[in-house]
Amino acid sequence: MTSLTEKRAARTQPETRKIRGKVHLREHLMGWLFVGPFGVVFLAFLIAPLAYALYLSLFQKKLIGGTSFVLFDNYVKAFTDPSFLSGAWFVIRFSLVSIPVQIIIALAMALILDSVTTLFARFSRLMIFLPYAIPTVIGAVMWGFLYSRGFGPLTDIFGLFGATAPDFLGSDLIFYGLLNVVTWQWAGYYMIILYAALQGVDPTLYEAARMDGAGRWQIATRIKIPLIAPALILILVFSLIGTLQFFNEPQILRYLAAGTIGSDFTPNMYAYQQAFSLANFNYGSAISFALGGIVFICVYAFLFFTRKRRSFL
Amino acid sequence: MADHTSVRAGARRPQRYLPMQILLGFLVIYFLVPFWWVIVNSSKDAPGLFGGGNTLWFTDQIDYLGNLRQLFTYDGGIYLRWILNSTLYAIAGGVGATVLAVMAGYGFAKYRFAARRFSFAVVLGALMVPATALVIPTFIMFSRLGLTNTVWAVILPSLLNPFGVYLMHVYARDAVPDELLDAARVDGAGEVRTFIQIALPLMRPAVVTVLLLSAVASWNNYFLPLAMLSDNRLFPVTVGLGLWQGIASANNAGTTSLWSLIILGSLVSVIPLIIAFFSLQRHWRGGLSVGGLR
Repeated sequence: MTSLTEKRAARTQPETRKIRGKVHLREHLMGWLFVGPFGVVFLAFLIAPLAYALYLSLFQKKLIGGTSFVLFDNYVKAFTDPSFLSGAWFVIRFSLVSIPVQIIIALAMALILDSVTTLFARFSRLMIFLPYAIPTVIGAVMWGFLYSRGFGPLTDIFGLFGATAPDFLGSDLIFYGLLNVVTWQWAGYYMIILYAALQGVDPTLYEAARMDGAGRWQIATRIKIPLIAPALILILVFSLIGTLQFFNEPQILRYLAAGTIGSDFTPNMYAYQQAFSLANFNYGSAISFALGGIVFICVYAFLFFTRKRRSFL
Repeated sequence: MADHTSVRAGARRPQRYLPMQILLGFLVIYFLVPFWWVIVNSSKDAPGLFGGGNTLWFTDQIDYLGNLRQLFTYDGGIYLRWILNSTLYAIAGGVGATVLAVMAGYGFAKYRFAARRFSFAVVLGALMVPATALVIPTFIMFSRLGLTNTVWAVILPSLLNPFGVYLMHVYARDAVPDELLDAARVDGAGEVRTFIQIALPLMRPAVVTVLLLSAVASWNNYFLPLAMLSDNRLFPVTVGLGLWQGIASANNAGTTSLWSLIILGSLVSVIPLIIAFFSLQRHWRGGLSVGGLR
């Protein structure tokens, strides 16, 4: 440390300027050196696959005649394919219900945990967050057990009241069965992010509001929620992207809910089936790309309507 | 963050609000029910599981050890292999993705290089690309290179973490002062040394957060290994348990014992992550406040 300070003291004015100039020249190089390794991975595993998928989606493989260039025929096929359309409609419907439910629950929990400061509240915070540490596949397996008629508790619990247990794996209630799994899995995670944002708010603001006669409810709705709006938007966008790609939970529950969840239940499952069960990579790529388009449109529409486009990007 | 909490606690008396705490109690029960069910039912053997007794309470026979022995010896100890595979994928993918994200985030935040704004905009745009949409073309590319059905097929794509870059960028921008870096440079420290000795310690909370998020993402990954791997000795535990569940559901009669393996297997597989999360809690909570996600 002392030797460094001495060096700095010994350095004369023109020398420093020379080094500054060098730094400026070197800055491009050093910048790319730091970003470079990620850039290579980004090109190899994001840009290249995307370009390749786009390329693949423009071809069709026929039993007779081999592979031929068909331009947008695969997309025309996808957007008139009832399997793809019903899957897309399902994930859009599911997003419209599940995202508000999760965010409202997460926000309520975060607000409670921000204002209740007991030991039990801290314990609850950890327990509510716990499902995030569980792989979605395992979460779906666990809930599958709880739903199942064979060894789930629902039959017993409803039996106590002489009622028949609802079948969350049946076609009537599968929507709610999945809604519950997703909420259980993610609400705690969203809660932690909102809670972290709330903890970052300057507490003197609440004192000032209280002086002005604001109640707890008013502090929550007028101060806390607006201040954490960027975190809320961030969560909404990411949960939207995640939900439109719905795959793991229905894929796992498929085994238990035979007949309810088909292989075209969500667009991603349909793309998986086309590509890996039927070796129809061209159409599978087209479905993935069409889904990507839907994701992009939904996210952009959402950001447009909230008009917070610059809040986190 | 700890400072804020203590300031608040000091500013007013501990807040109790009994109705809110009762509500929290119900929420905790809801979030813990699946864990409870799994803990109870992994103590049972197949007759206990299907015998129609109380599914939320233990039977007279509590046989964790026997079930564990069965779990770890079934099919030549394949379950342990799956756990080790998951560990390998999580560590290799997590550490690799974190190193790349930390360097790139720092580079974007602290150097004014050509095409910086454009490249960063492209990385942010990538956040919207459905990760699963990449799996099909990556699979074909890898199969051309003969990489499918190898560990690389799972590890290499997990190195990509644009969100980690975004998080590190935000954190490095705010937590590492330019003046400090300039001072180190004037003192004769090279760029790499400045990064490792000055910047990295300041970015530690975000580094731990990104590491944990990437490792969890790799550990939880299902779609990618499901598509890439066909040899079940390479499966991570998520794909392995999914396979067992498919087998057990398909022929319910012959393989009732597989169900108890799946239940205990689920329980065992979540223990490492729960330990990682709770032991590192102090570190990642600070990083999340920057706005961490999936």
